[in-house]
Amino acid sequence: MNDMTINQHSVQAPSAGDINPFAGVDFSELEKSLRRPRTLIDLLMSGLVAAMTLLALIPLFSVVWMLVWHGGQRLTLSIFTQLPPAPLEEGGGFGNAILGTLVMVALAALISIPFGILSAVFLAETGPQSRLASAVRFAAKVLTGFPSILAGVFAYGTLVLLMGGYSAIAGAVALFILMLPTIVLTAEDAIRMVPAKMREAAIGMGATTTQTVWMVLLPTALPGILTGVMLAVARAAGETAPLLFTALFSNYWLFGGGQVDLEQPTASLAVLIYNFAGMPFENQVSLAWVAALVLVSLVLVTNLIGQAFSRRQIHE
Amino acid sequence: MTNIKRDKKPSDPCGVVQSSTDDGAKTDGVVIDCKIDELYYGTFKAVRDTAVPVNRNKITAFIGPSGCGKSTVLRCINRMNDLVRGFRFKGHVHFRGKDIYHPSVDPVAVRRYIGMVFQQPNPFAMSIYNNVAFGLRLNRYRGSVRDKVEEALTRAVLWEEVKDKLNKSGLSLSGGQQQRLCIARAIATQPEVLLMDEPASALDPIATMKVEELIRQLRRDYTIIIVTHNMQQASRVSDKTAFLYLGRLIEFNDTDQLFTRPREKQTEDYISGRFG
Repeated sequence: MNDMTINQHSVQAPSAGDINPFAGVDFSELEKSLRRPRTLIDLLMSGLVAAMTLLALIPLFSVVWMLVWHGGQRLTLSIFTQLPPAPLEEGGGFGNAILGTLVMVALAALISIPFGILSAVFLAETGPQSRLASAVRFAAKVLTGFPSILAGVFAYGTLVLLMGGYSAIAGAVALFILMLPTIVLTAEDAIRMVPAKMREAAIGMGATTTQTVWMVLLPTALPGILTGVMLAVARAAGETAPLLFTALFSNYWLFGGGQVDLEQPTASLAVLIYNFAGMPFENQVSLAWVAALVLVSLVLVTNLIGQAFSRRQIHE
Repeated sequence: MTNIKRDKKPSDPCGVVQSSTDDGAKTDGVVIDCKIDELYYGTFKAVRDTAVPVNRNKITAFIGPSGCGKSTVLRCINRMNDLVRGFRFKGHVHFRGKDIYHPSVDPVAVRRYIGMVFQQPNPFAMSIYNNVAFGLRLNRYRGSVRDKVEEALTRAVLWEEVKDKLNKSGLSLSGGQQQRLCIARAIATQPEVLLMDEPASALDPIATMKVEELIRQLRRDYTIIIVTHNMQQASRVSDKTAFLYLGRLIEFNDTDQLFTRPREKQTEDYISGRFG
């Protein structure tokens, strides 16, 4: 024992005293210096990235600022309760267009949500490897990039001609075609994101596929599914082209004589903006600005709700 | 301990539950007779020539190095392997004398009698209460779900720790607590047999000790089959041990016999740490 300590001592003592362990290290190498290209490039690139990000904010905020500037002053309660004015008439609002947008989007959501979620269950769980699943997945991906006007033309060619006129139902169907692929694909992803071990646990407990889906997979995937639904709703609410061919426009309320009539031409915010913005009357143009502001707020609120859901998902 | 299975399942889909008088007669009998001649995943032969009879109210351990097929054998016993694509199986698994691989048997029903606890704690993303109540709801249990949940959590030695936060997410618990929650979930429906696939391998030593203690206590009411790569664990908790190596059963014996007087050279090499 004694031997060893002495031995160690005799080895360490000279190295501590005589040899500088840091000899040969160039300390100036360690200092930050802008003269070195690598430091300079790093700094420039970081600056560039930050600048581009700021630039990307400009379009978004200038649109919002412009809408508030032009539309904000006329944003009063009467906007929501009154009907669009005739040319050269003062005042007025677009309550019917807000209602029309809400009703058509709600109808479209009512069809596309169950439809989309059930298809997603098939894609993710029942037959993920089947030919049908890959065909549906391919079709849905193509449809997400589908020009929205084609959905309108399709609904026109089928429903409008069949029913003999423009209607809220035709409008809702056109929006449904646009919403469906988004919902299917996001819901499939959300279901797939459920950890495999939870699925295994359910099956190990003796759950059938259906019980696994309804009791474990869908509840766990719900926040993700709702995010997709909100995205689809926000997109549908802002669509103009499909509604031009299907719901057209109306200067009157959706419900006539106390009952809702879905089989008549129906006003929507997007088409109202399209119609009024091009008119030579100052009142209509300013109403178009307000309508744009209301529409953006609607979409924004839907998006915020969707994001709140997806954040909840991360925390769980 | 009234027969919950009779309440929840008026018709017995696979005909495996026999009358309770029969239970008494079979107390020490073989509950599961597992005989695997050949088992394939695709073209890979994972297990061959392995036969393990499992006795009632005993703890049977499967030991062996990683990849020796012990988990595969375990997953055969409640047909979890059915989920694996390319799974093929020659042999039989008799549960109380009935072949669970017979075409007329519903694998879903089999899993209600043969519960499973997995290697990774896998509670559902729902409240602690709902996690334990899950199996009861699957079976449309008509009695007091609350009582059953408390009973299961008490048996899993978790009740004291969670009784004030039953509505908190099961995922908010620590790893060891999550695993005991999974055990509570598995025993809430009172299965006949409990399969445990390395139930403590993802846990720290203290949590492992708790889970082992729990397993020993559960032996009174359940037949337990446990897979472990930890030989000390097998010798601590089990009554019988099967040693598997390269997809084949090498030796099956009483645990103290196998660890003190192994018959096979390979067993001796493995338990003395010369390979694996």
